[in-house]
Amino acid sequence: MIVLQGLTKRFDGLTAVDHLSLEVKAGEVMALLGPNGAGKTTTVRMLSAMLRPTAGRARVAGYDTVREPREVRRRVGVLTEAPGLYLRMTGREYLTFFGEVRGVESSRLQQRIDALAERFKMREALARRLGTYSKGMRQKIALIRTLLHEPPVLLLDEPTSAMDPESARLVRDAIHSLRDGHRAVLICTHNLPEAEELADRIAIIGKGRILAQGSPAALKERYLGPPPLRLQVAGRINPALLARLDAFGEVLDYGRRWVRFRKAEGVRNADVLRALLRDGWEVDMLVEEQQSLESLYLRVVQGATTLEVAS
Amino acid sequence: MKRGRHLEAGRAAWRETWRGIALIVRREIVDTLRDWRIVAPITTLVLAFPFIAEFVAAEGLKFFNKYGAALIMERFFPFLILVVGFFPSTFSLVIALETFVGEKERRSLEPLLATPLTDGQLYVGKLIAATLPPVVASYVGMLFYILLLGLKLHWWPSLHLLAVAFVLATTQALVMVAVAVIISAQSTSVRAANLLASFIIIPMSLVLQWEAGLLLFADFTALWLIALFLFVATLLFVRIGLRMFDREYLLGRELDFLDFGAFGRAFLEGLRWPGSLRALYGEEIPALLRVLRAELTVTLVVIGGGLLIALWGFWRFPLPRTAVPLLSQPMTMEQITQGAVDIPLLPPLSPLTLFTRNAGAVLLGAFLSIFTLGIVFQLMVMGVTAVVGYALLLTLHWGMPAAVPAMLAPHGPFEMTAIIIATAQSLRLGLILLSPAHKGGGFLGLGRELGHFVKLFAALIAPLLLIAAIIEATITPRLAIWVINGYLFR
Repeated sequence: MIVLQGLTKRFDGLTAVDHLSLEVKAGEVMALLGPNGAGKTTTVRMLSAMLRPTAGRARVAGYDTVREPREVRRRVGVLTEAPGLYLRMTGREYLTFFGEVRGVESSRLQQRIDALAERFKMREALARRLGTYSKGMRQKIALIRTLLHEPPVLLLDEPTSAMDPESARLVRDAIHSLRDGHRAVLICTHNLPEAEELADRIAIIGKGRILAQGSPAALKERYLGPPPLRLQVAGRINPALLARLDAFGEVLDYGRRWVRFRKAEGVRNADVLRALLRDGWEVDMLVEEQQSLESLYLRVVQGATTLEVAS
Repeated sequence: MKRGRHLEAGRAAWRETWRGIALIVRREIVDTLRDWRIVAPITTLVLAFPFIAEFVAAEGLKFFNKYGAALIMERFFPFLILVVGFFPSTFSLVIALETFVGEKERRSLEPLLATPLTDGQLYVGKLIAATLPPVVASYVGMLFYILLLGLKLHWWPSLHLLAVAFVLATTQALVMVAVAVIISAQSTSVRAANLLASFIIIPMSLVLQWEAGLLLFADFTALWLIALFLFVATLLFVRIGLRMFDREYLLGRELDFLDFGAFGRAFLEGLRWPGSLRALYGEEIPALLRVLRAELTVTLVVIGGGLLIALWGFWRFPLPRTAVPLLSQPMTMEQITQGAVDIPLLPPLSPLTLFTRNAGAVLLGAFLSIFTLGIVFQLMVMGVTAVVGYALLLTLHWGMPAAVPAMLAPHGPFEMTAIIIATAQSLRLGLILLSPAHKGGGFLGLGRELGHFVKLFAALIAPLLLIAAIIEATITPRLAIWVINGYLFR
């Protein structure tokens, strides 16, 4: 649904996007992560046919962004970084304007506005001028604008920024529900837990280039290794226990009654547990630690190593 | 059958285009009418200014009546119609200047640019939306003033005057909007757009002064010509604006810096010596002239306009030969060179004075063009063409057809060529600031074009003017005197 091949954008000698290649299939949600100035917004603008690439090409919903920009814009819903509303209009007037510009049939348009407003708990606010809305409400109206024409491709730049936790939850749920077999969603965000929750795959970009791409689990495995185990025992940790665990892998850290260690390849948890019990240790807990996307992100961005990881 | 289908498809596309434009127009107008910063002053002007104008008219009439010169004041009534109409229409400038750049500053432009609306729909929609409210306000103000004049002073304008006043108010607003929208689409901030707006105000104030003068003479034909000129200028500016409109440029550019070092380098690049005279005249100058094709065409059209004005002037005021005392006695060359023949505004006929006068006029015109979108030099050329054309028509009228080539042919080709090239390059100087930097315009573009101007001036314009001045001081007067004396005193 979204295909980028060597997409490049240069502004006055500055390369904002540098040979970006990725694909988002129908039914997939992809998160584009990266520090400020990494080229996320420029990529979204090229995908919505607002900017022309300097090199490379992009196809969105089957149309070339340079040769068929209008067809692309018809099929894309873009949530821009700033809501960019007309503050003297009411919510309904604003959405009606964009619905009409998008060519939504007038008989369906008001129903669609009402349904989306209901979904985002904005029904009451529709009659008010947009200038009176809070930041979060403005973001929600912008999101409704993006969804009005039921586009097959959604490009969402920071969809929950400026929202309170409840509204952000609403929006995340909505994005979850937008996931269907016909729609591709590309989200640009700094919110890593959100990306992890919503995205099937993530792409981390830095200085306009893809640094890592794949499913969150695969990327974590690749960059952070297998998740460490945390062992908690009834007695005090002693050198004999540490030596026993070293035989199964590598001890990372330990306290009075706990040890963090990473298993060697091929070692099963059951093998570790059985050995400890045989040595007479009373095991309170043996769990795999969750590895955060933040660790992965920092590792990739700081390391800035380009690696393609198959999802 | 196939043709019918094509026609139907064409009609559908046309309807679709105008549907998009209408949506933009409706939204923008609603937005304008909800902005008290625009509505309050427009309403005040529309309601208060007609009263002030009517008061001025009534008091003026009383004053002039004392001296039995009421007719003079009555000639001011139509002028005040134009003034009353002009002030609300200036708001079109305010609205138009902030159309694109204002939206960009409020960050509402990007969602609009992400829609399937075409560049043309966005551009024309915003153009119409910026024009309509002020023009309607202008109509209301003028009607209000006319009503007050009619009811209080029992003076009603003719239908012809009404028509010309309304058309002028419309075309003035249109031309201002057309330029302002270009400025808005090329500026990085509303403040920068407002600063550039002075480029519109100066030529518009000149036009208004012309209109005032013509209204005092009750000369409607000339006013219609001005309206036509403004309309053609509007079409030209809309075309320029559409060609330069660029979504990417609107989104991409954040700040403009005045880099004087780069400006100097661009100027020197424009002025660069190509290595030899052969390269200069064989390649560089022809290349510069080829680039000037569009500007040269506009200049020729303006000269055509000047000739039309000459024709109209001759039609209105066909002076008899006896009205020119100069032609009552045989002329001698000594009379002219020693300044015995006093012709106002004309310099003594020496090559140096003629050259410095003409070169100075060219340099002044070019300088003023930078601040007036190149319009001032065009107007200067139009004015001079009108005067010269009028004089030539008179000589034909007086039965002296050979006097025309005698007065012009020796030096005319050199002088006219120089002036046309200078005017065209000055138009380029004026318009280059409106062009986007990435298309070779903006501040650096101005530096480069100034370099080109200096090069053209030094290599072509000044030599041509010098040759023209030498011929004009030596050959032309002798030939003219010989021919004219031959007609008058044979």
